[in-house]
Amino acid sequence: MSILVDKSTRVIVQGITGREGTFHAKACAEYGTKIVGGVTPGKGGTTHEGWPVFNTVQEAVDKTGADTSVIFVPPQFAADAIMEAADAEIELIIGITEGIPTLDMVRAWEFLQTRRARLIGPNCPGIISPGKCKIGIMPGRIHLEGSVGIVSRSGTLTYEAVYQLTTRGIGQSTAIGIGGDPIIGTNFLDALDLFNRDPQTEVVIMIGEIGGNAEETAAEFVKARMKKPVIGFIAGQTAPPGRRMGHAGAIISGGHGTASEKIKAMEAAGIRVCKSPAEIGETVAATIGVKAGA
Amino acid sequence: MKIHEYQAKDILKKFSVAVPRGEVADDRDQAIAAARNLFDAGASGVVVKAQIHAGGRGKGGGVKIAKSVDEAGELASKMLGMTLVTHQTGPEGRIVRRLLIEETLPIERELYLGIVLDRAEAKPVFMASQAGGMEIEQVAAETPNAILKEYIAPGMGLEAFQARKLAFQLGLKPDQINQAVKFMTGLYKAFQETDSSLMEINPFITCSDGRLFALDAKMNFDDNALFRHPELKELRDITEEDPLEVEASKYSLNYIKLDGNVGCMVNGAGLAMATMDIIKYAGGMPANFLDVGGGANAEQVTHAFEILLSDKNVKAVLINIFGGILRVDTLARGVVEAANKTQIQLPVVLRLEGTNVEQGREILQQSGLNFIVAETMKDAAEKVVAAARA
Repeated sequence: MSILVDKSTRVIVQGITGREGTFHAKACAEYGTKIVGGVTPGKGGTTHEGWPVFNTVQEAVDKTGADTSVIFVPPQFAADAIMEAADAEIELIIGITEGIPTLDMVRAWEFLQTRRARLIGPNCPGIISPGKCKIGIMPGRIHLEGSVGIVSRSGTLTYEAVYQLTTRGIGQSTAIGIGGDPIIGTNFLDALDLFNRDPQTEVVIMIGEIGGNAEETAAEFVKARMKKPVIGFIAGQTAPPGRRMGHAGAIISGGHGTASEKIKAMEAAGIRVCKSPAEIGETVAATIGVKAGA
Repeated sequence: MKIHEYQAKDILKKFSVAVPRGEVADDRDQAIAAARNLFDAGASGVVVKAQIHAGGRGKGGGVKIAKSVDEAGELASKMLGMTLVTHQTGPEGRIVRRLLIEETLPIERELYLGIVLDRAEAKPVFMASQAGGMEIEQVAAETPNAILKEYIAPGMGLEAFQARKLAFQLGLKPDQINQAVKFMTGLYKAFQETDSSLMEINPFITCSDGRLFALDAKMNFDDNALFRHPELKELRDITEEDPLEVEASKYSLNYIKLDGNVGCMVNGAGLAMATMDIIKYAGGMPANFLDVGGGANAEQVTHAFEILLSDKNVKAVLINIFGGILRVDTLARGVVEAANKTQIQLPVVLRLEGTNVEQGREILQQSGLNFIVAETMKDAAEKVVAAARA
C-alpha cells in the first residue's frame, strides 16, 4: 500500500521548464515516477526534455490523464497555480515552492475547500513512497521501502530521520513533508489518519517544530484514535521567542507554539518524544523490536 | 518586517483610521518645533514617544508627557540617544534615535484592537477587547472570553456588520458606532493592502468628546509579500536590527544571532533548529541559527562562514549538512574556499551526508585544512562542544 502516491500515480509538473522544475522532474522520473507532462503558460505545444508542455493544467489533465501535480512555479504565482490545479480536478497537489505570501495562501486554502483536491505543502520537500514513487525534491537514494510512515514540517530533518532508519535496515512506507508555512493543506492529523488506515505502515514518526498548535491537535487524535505507535520529535527547543526560525511558520508568538508545550501534549497522548534528533532511528528500532518480540 | 509606530500611523491615516496629530523629531530643535505646532493648534499637552521596534516603552521611560514647549524640548534631549530597556528589548536595550511628538487627548476608555492570522482556521481574525493598554497575551491567558473575535472571509474583508457587532460588544456609545465601523474597516483594509502579518492598536481610545483614536499602532509585514510593496521595503530601519543579521539578509541567508559560543551552519530550517537543540543537549550553547537553504552555492557558503566567524563569541563551528538539493561537494568547496579566505583559527567540526558525499569528503581531505570530521549528529555535537570548551 503506502499512502497517497504509488506506481500508478500520473504526475504533471507545473513550472516544468524552469531550472528547479526541470532538474527535479528528471530526478523523479529516474526514480520511477510517472511524469506525464508539464505546464508552462505560453509554452504549450512544445516538448521539454521529451515531455509535452501545456498552457493550462486543464489541457494537461485532458491530454495526459494526470491525477497529481507538483508545483515549482515562483512564489508570486504559486497560489494561483495551486488553484488552477484544483480547478482542473487534480486530486493531489504538491506545493514545493517556498515563500508564497500568506494572504495568497489564505485565498487558495479557501478555494480548495470548494474542490476535491488535497494539497500537500506548500514550502515542503514533497512525498515519497520508497520503491514506488517520488514526487518532490528529497534525495531518493537514502530511502528504503518498508513499514515506517513519516510526517514532518521540515525537509532536511526528514532526510535525517530517513537516513537513520535506512542505515539500520528499517524501511519507510511513505514519507510526507507537510511544509513549514503557517497555512498548509495536509496537516499532521490528516497524515496520521491516512497512516492509521494504511496496512503497510506499522509505526509513524511525526516531526514537528515550534509555531502554531498543529502538533497539539494531532496529539489529541493520537490519543483518541491511533492504533499504531507514534514516535515524535520537536525542533526548536532552544529557539528564542518572537523570531522566525527560517520557516515562515516556525515562530513562537505571544508565548505560544513553544517546543515544551508541544512535547507535553504529545507525551500525554502516549507519543514517544525523542529528546535529541539523533535518537529517532534507535527509538524506532527499539519500538519495532519490542513489537516483534511481543 | 517590523516598522515604527510613526510609520504605521502614516499608513493608517491613508486608510481613514484616526490617529492623534503628531510629528517626528530627530533632535531637540525639531522636537521643540513639533511641540510648538501642536500647542499652537490647540493641544493642551504633548506626548514625547521614543521610536524603537519594541513594546513596553512606557514602563521603560520612553513615553512622557510635557505641558509646555520647553518641557517637551527637555524631555526630547534626555530621550534621544538614551538606551531604552523594555521587556521586549532584552537587557542590552535599544538606542533611541527618533521621537514622535503627539498631542495629548482626553482619554475616556482604553480598548484593544488587533488583526492576526489564525493558522488553524487559515483566515485572518479581527480581535477586540475592553482590556486596552494591557498585553493581549496576558488577557488571553487570564480571561480568554474577554477577547472578541470576527473571522475575515478571504477575498472580502471586515464587513460593516462585523465591525458594528464588535463596536457594540466593546460597549461604545450609539453615536460612536459609525465612527468605529469606519475605523475598523479601514484598519482591515490597511492590513490586507499592505500584506500585514500582524496589526495592533493598543490602546484604541475613546475620548470624553466622543472621538476615537489609535493611540498606539504596531504593524508587521509578511516578508514573503514585500516583493509587491516596494514602498514598504523603504520603511525598513536596519539600525533596529543586529548588524550580522543585516549582513546575512544581503545574501538571502537565514541567520539569527544567539548568546552561545558554538557557531553553526546547517541546511534547512528544521535541521538547523534541531542542530541548536542537540548542541544544548551535549552541554553547549548555540551562537546562532543559520540556515543556508536548500539551493545554496559556494559563494553563499563563503558569506555564511564569514558571518559566523565575525561573531566574537564563537569558539568552535559545527557544519551540519544533509545534502538533498545542496550537493555536499558544492558545500565542501565553499567551506574550503571560505576557510582559506578567512584563515580560520577556530576548530571546525563537519558532519556531511547526502548527495555526492564521497566527493565532498575527498575535497575536504585534499584541502590540507584541519577539519574535525564527525559521523553522526550526536558525535558532531559532542565533538564541537568539547572543542569550544578547550
